[in-house]
Amino acid sequence: MSEQQTAILDGNESCARVAYRLSQVITIYPITPSSNMGEWADEWQTAGHKNIWGTVPLVSELQSEGGAAGAMHGALQAGAFATTFTASQGLLLMIPNMFKIAGELTSNVIHVSARAVATHALSIFGDHSDIMACRSTGYVMLSSGSVQEAADLALVAHIATLESRVPFLHFFDGFRTSHEVNKALTISDETINAMLDEKHVLAHRQRALSSDNPVLRGSAQNPDVFFQARETANPFYMACPTIVQDVMDRFTAQTGRAYHLFDYMGAPDADRVLVLMGSGAGAAEELIEHLNAQGEKIGLLKVRLYRPFASEAFLAALPKTVKSIAVLDRCKEPTGLGEPLYQDVVTAFSEAFSSGTSPIATQPRIIGGRYGLSSKDFTPAMVKGVFDELKKEHLKNRFTIGINDDVTHSSLDYDPEFSTEDPKTVRALFYGLGADGTVGANKNSIKIIGAETPNYAQGYFVYDSRKSGSVTTSHLRFGPNPIRSTYLISKANFVACHQFSFLERMDLLSAAAPGAVFLLNSPYGPDEIWNHLPLTTQETILKKKLQFYVIDGYTVARDTGMGNRLNTIMQTCFFAISGVLPADEAIEQIKKSIKKTYGKRGDAVVQQNFAAVDAAVANLHKVKVPEKATATFDLLPMLPREAPDFVYNVLGTMAAGKGDSLPVSALPIDGTFPTGTAKWEKRNIAQMIPVWDKDLCIQCGKCVLVCPHAVIRAKVYDSALLAGAPETFKSAKPKWKGMEQEAYTLQVAPEDCTGCRLCVEVCPVKSKSEAKHKAINMEMQAPLRAPEAKNWSFFESIPWTDRNRLSHTQVKDIQLLDPLFEFSGACSGCGETPYIKLLTQLFGDRIYIANATGCSSIYGGNLPTTPYTKNASGRGPTWSNSLFEDNAEFGFGMRLALDQQKGYAEDLLKRLAPTVGDELVTALLTASQAKESEIEAQRARVLALRSKLAGVDSVEARALLTVADSLVRKSVWVLGGDGWAYDIGFGGLDHVLGSGKNVKVLVLDTETYSNTGGQMSKSTPRGAVAKFAEGGKRNSKKDIAMEAVAYGSVYVARIAMGSSDMQTVKAFQEAEAYDGPALILAYSHCIAHGYDLTYGMEQQKSAVLSGYWPLMRYNPSLRAEGKNPFQLDSRAPSISLKDYAYHEARYTMLTRSRPEVAKLLLQEAQDDVERTWRVYSGRAAMPGRAESPHIAPPEKEGAVAPLGAEGGDK
Amino acid sequence: MIDLTTEYLGLKLKSPILVSSSPLTDSPENIQRLQEAGAAAVVLPSIFEEQLTLESNALDSDLSRGTESFAESLSYFPAYESYRQGHDAYLSHILRAKAVAGIPVLASLNGATAGGWVKFAKEIEQAGADALELNTYSLPTDPRVTSDQLEEGIIELVRQVKASTKIPIAVKLSPQYTSIPNLAARLDKIGANALVLFNRFYQPDFDIENLNVTPTLTLSRPEELLLRLHWTAILYGDLSAEIAVTGGVHSAEDVLKAIMAGGQVAMLASALLANGIPYLATIQSDLLRWMEEHEYQSIRQMRGSLSRRSVPDASPFERGNYIKTLSSYTLRKPA
Repeated sequence: MSEQQTAILDGNESCARVAYRLSQVITIYPITPSSNMGEWADEWQTAGHKNIWGTVPLVSELQSEGGAAGAMHGALQAGAFATTFTASQGLLLMIPNMFKIAGELTSNVIHVSARAVATHALSIFGDHSDIMACRSTGYVMLSSGSVQEAADLALVAHIATLESRVPFLHFFDGFRTSHEVNKALTISDETINAMLDEKHVLAHRQRALSSDNPVLRGSAQNPDVFFQARETANPFYMACPTIVQDVMDRFTAQTGRAYHLFDYMGAPDADRVLVLMGSGAGAAEELIEHLNAQGEKIGLLKVRLYRPFASEAFLAALPKTVKSIAVLDRCKEPTGLGEPLYQDVVTAFSEAFSSGTSPIATQPRIIGGRYGLSSKDFTPAMVKGVFDELKKEHLKNRFTIGINDDVTHSSLDYDPEFSTEDPKTVRALFYGLGADGTVGANKNSIKIIGAETPNYAQGYFVYDSRKSGSVTTSHLRFGPNPIRSTYLISKANFVACHQFSFLERMDLLSAAAPGAVFLLNSPYGPDEIWNHLPLTTQETILKKKLQFYVIDGYTVARDTGMGNRLNTIMQTCFFAISGVLPADEAIEQIKKSIKKTYGKRGDAVVQQNFAAVDAAVANLHKVKVPEKATATFDLLPMLPREAPDFVYNVLGTMAAGKGDSLPVSALPIDGTFPTGTAKWEKRNIAQMIPVWDKDLCIQCGKCVLVCPHAVIRAKVYDSALLAGAPETFKSAKPKWKGMEQEAYTLQVAPEDCTGCRLCVEVCPVKSKSEAKHKAINMEMQAPLRAPEAKNWSFFESIPWTDRNRLSHTQVKDIQLLDPLFEFSGACSGCGETPYIKLLTQLFGDRIYIANATGCSSIYGGNLPTTPYTKNASGRGPTWSNSLFEDNAEFGFGMRLALDQQKGYAEDLLKRLAPTVGDELVTALLTASQAKESEIEAQRARVLALRSKLAGVDSVEARALLTVADSLVRKSVWVLGGDGWAYDIGFGGLDHVLGSGKNVKVLVLDTETYSNTGGQMSKSTPRGAVAKFAEGGKRNSKKDIAMEAVAYGSVYVARIAMGSSDMQTVKAFQEAEAYDGPALILAYSHCIAHGYDLTYGMEQQKSAVLSGYWPLMRYNPSLRAEGKNPFQLDSRAPSISLKDYAYHEARYTMLTRSRPEVAKLLLQEAQDDVERTWRVYSGRAAMPGRAESPHIAPPEKEGAVAPLGAEGGDK
Repeated sequence: MIDLTTEYLGLKLKSPILVSSSPLTDSPENIQRLQEAGAAAVVLPSIFEEQLTLESNALDSDLSRGTESFAESLSYFPAYESYRQGHDAYLSHILRAKAVAGIPVLASLNGATAGGWVKFAKEIEQAGADALELNTYSLPTDPRVTSDQLEEGIIELVRQVKASTKIPIAVKLSPQYTSIPNLAARLDKIGANALVLFNRFYQPDFDIENLNVTPTLTLSRPEELLLRLHWTAILYGDLSAEIAVTGGVHSAEDVLKAIMAGGQVAMLASALLANGIPYLATIQSDLLRWMEEHEYQSIRQMRGSLSRRSVPDASPFERGNYIKTLSSYTLRKPA
């Protein structure tokens, strides 16, 4: 047995470390939660790490998981050892290739961090629905349940696939295992070598296609032989279980860790047994040991090799005494006789009894149930609930556990208070604000405790659904015994709240165990804090006798140069009072780890962190807790009671972090939710908010336009309304001709602002007496919160300015249009959302949005509350997300339906003309709807039509009522990021643009897969660093604007709001007006670019000035006027690419890691700019048709000029 | 044969013409060209300690921004095993400069803290720089800090660097001290091998259209040389430290003036930035021609010949100069 090292890592890394070393080709594509495995592979490849054969694997990103599977298939056929990592929808895209790879009996492993497949909703969290969708592909399925197993069984899979010739799908639970940090033993090269039999390696290579020994593989077969040929694979599958067990046994000999096809644990004479696979086994084992120690006879059968299902081994592994069995599946098959694992178990028993081979004398009672969908926490208490059920006389089959199904009553009861936590394990809960460093610090603590002490350590991190101001909860366990508690902590010995504001609404201490330590980051010292705590919090502290400590972490952070990062400070406090390590030793270890973590970022950062450690200890205080609760206020509800019932009761419960308690009946049956819910959730996440200087303001509307969260709004209104205004409500004289007698107000939503400062940066006005004072300035939120909230509420009561009085092409006027996209959870300072907000201001009352999966679908549609909303008439964007890859087609389908319904309505209208009246029918059929006022008029006609049809008793009249609204112009807007448009969805996008249909496409181009953490797309510019392009992207960005221009019939625009807001508005208006497909490419600054987004608009300007992002519009309508449709809206480059690019870490990182490469790529990228400029300016300079002679004569007298005859258009 | 050789900081130089710390010495290719054009030695661009601190902080925030807050994107950049920091790049620049240059290479360091100076000075020494120029350019903005404290700070920094390194140290000063001779003498006493006169201040300009204050960088003008000549002439002979003249050296005449005032060497950069590297050769040939025409044998011969000690009437260096100049202006004014 070779010596084994321990490491602190998560399941993804644990698995990837093995997969990388056993692969020559790794094809990747980002998808949560498996992306990190690809990222590791890319990093190791760039660092030159070698595989077991001594070469560096080739790691290559494809355009989709379908592409990754195809490339892997090719690599396998050409003789390489190839692998990939994926999950969920990504795995589903691999299925066609999986059938092929298996059908060709090819050795291959796909590693999957199993994740829910989107149904009524998308979910990034873990369950087995993706795995189960692959059952018929012929892939062998091997299940890991822990960080350790993710490495061990990855190796078993790689070895067994070679020996069995059948491909393996090795999976573990997304997030619960893929993202759990735990102490595990690593697998050495020696172990791998000892397991790897050269003869199988050679055999794999010899089976490869070779032109030196040519064969044909992948023929087409007819009914005569296909069937028989398919059956040739049988012996290989029959041999597989034995081979897997043999590999497992050899693995045990090497490492001492034993695995079997089915691993039984529990009482040898158990009467009740649970069968499951994956991480849930950890919770089940804990419960079983706990209850057996009290005299119960229960057991667990862990499924390792799920498919092929080895019935004999399964039955042999069960205790002969078993009387009843519950099979738990982490998935749902609505049409089955039960979920897949249950069905396999039932079949195994049925076959054994019918053939008389059952080793168990009496057929046990078997029930199946579902648990843990989408990473729903699965606890020992729930396991107990299942075992309790198995005791009953009448068993509930097809049950659920862990939820309250009050509709079909499938759920089993359990006592959520029941706990089996090891008393020797320290359990700590930390509540932090995203990006305050809490999670990073906790990962660090785990490493310190796990690596520097004999203790075991586990960390699991829960994030909320927002990208800005999100709450992170860290669940940490430490102790002398291995930790397999695969569930969240509900009784903590240590609770830390790193943000004082959380106490306002969250009952954080409900999870504190009696006598626990409570650490609070508080602006109030030990003597004043008590009076600032809500009543519930005070009562809990007293009732549970908590030891209470405070530190003013933010002051310490500011004083030590740490800014807003609390990580080191709060980590030091944790060690100082938790007693996990002696204080001095802990501080030494913290400093050591600071050096390790931050050393490479420079000495200054290390020194600041050191200072923070010392200052933390000095500023930590124990609070002398008074004897009774004295608070005069209590926890606030998450959403206000004024919200509609569904919002308050259902979404409010979710927002409060108590969504687990919602019963089935509370939730929509088909995934449909009301819009306009984000406004109810006042998140108060900004420390500073903008304040309007009404005297200085020129009312240009730029701040309103750029605000990513729609928290700055303006109205011009009847000044008489000011009579009821709150005291501090501000107004000014409108600077519009003809509106001078009214009032103008620019109002900030103080509780929704994220404090990004884009508005202040974009404000063009400076005070004449103090240059830093602008017409809008940042001030502390706290003192403004109450008065401004009142002002905001009053402002909302003021009606919006009449849209017909405004020019919809002027930024100044657009500020007065109602945004129908507000308060999204996007990153503070997001570069995408201003475009979406603008879209809704312009056309929001008539748009259908098809949204590709990605950032825009997450901030656009992630519960609990969502940002799309309605106007005063109840109209607004209607929104849906299909998939990542098919969004253009999804929108195209909407267009087809709308066109079809309009045609149907028009037809019905004609048929019903006698009833409706010719005049109205003609008006409805012929009305122009180019302008908004005309659309309004048509709506009025439809209203008239409805009233005429109301009493008519005919099939046609009733039918027309259902489709009458389609007579009013509707727009379909397809939204998505560059990952969709340039990569995975490009084929569909191209097709839809080429279809000529009236579909508008808005690409929010961040030049990277922002939502999954910044992986390279084909939009990523040359020279930028991204994940999967760690060494800097070598190729230039794809120019899909010019690809679309090539059609000649697509409206195309490249826009950048920070450079020209006017051109941006023009592009939206022209795209909407154009009767055909339109493509707008919107430069969107992004957190993944690596700079302070406060300067996002400034960077957009630089991007255009450098010529990197030329502004252009291609309007095919101009052709009819004889003009060149190609218009260039920006000037020749006036600054170097470097002067733009080197403000962003995505570029400068490369100068730090590979300066020579960076230099070369910068030169090449500068060449790209110049090349693009020559093409664009040349194209713009071409004469239009009317200005140039025909290139070819018309085919016959009177014919129009042939296509292409017009200048600048081919 | 006219002898241009000069010693500076214990280094034997082929002439008194050096290229001062500037963007010109930022690339090994330029250093090679400068050498070919006749530079006797080069001073590399200054590495600023504050810049390293800023860089370290910026890198840290760029890598940390938005991380660990959203389940799908726990980070946004690949994690490198190491990042080349500004000082890594600087040290490797020293190595490369040394590799291409057959002439001495002087590093330049602008520190802010004692620890930073000593640490970087040691690294620079290890990287093989022939000497180190300590640039004391800093702007006092805190009204609580006295001039005494400021000067004492510089003395202490130089003392520490001297104590921890073996290579020769030149101290580049600003002209804005109440008593330059006193500060010079104190630096001399603690072992500064040379004083470099003077730093040039890059004052920000005002953009009155956009109400911005913008950093500006203008090339030196020949008039700026006068201030240097003045103080070199005053200090020459009172110090064992050598004096280097920098700022406003634009021609062979300027080099001659610098040496005659008492400078050991003259440094230039703006003239080359404006006229190109080959202009250095022109200056050198002009220098030789002038010396030939005026029958000078060596540089050594003329050094300090117009210093305060050597001129018959030292009053132009003293207060009278000011009064006289003023009155001459007054007299010229039309009535």
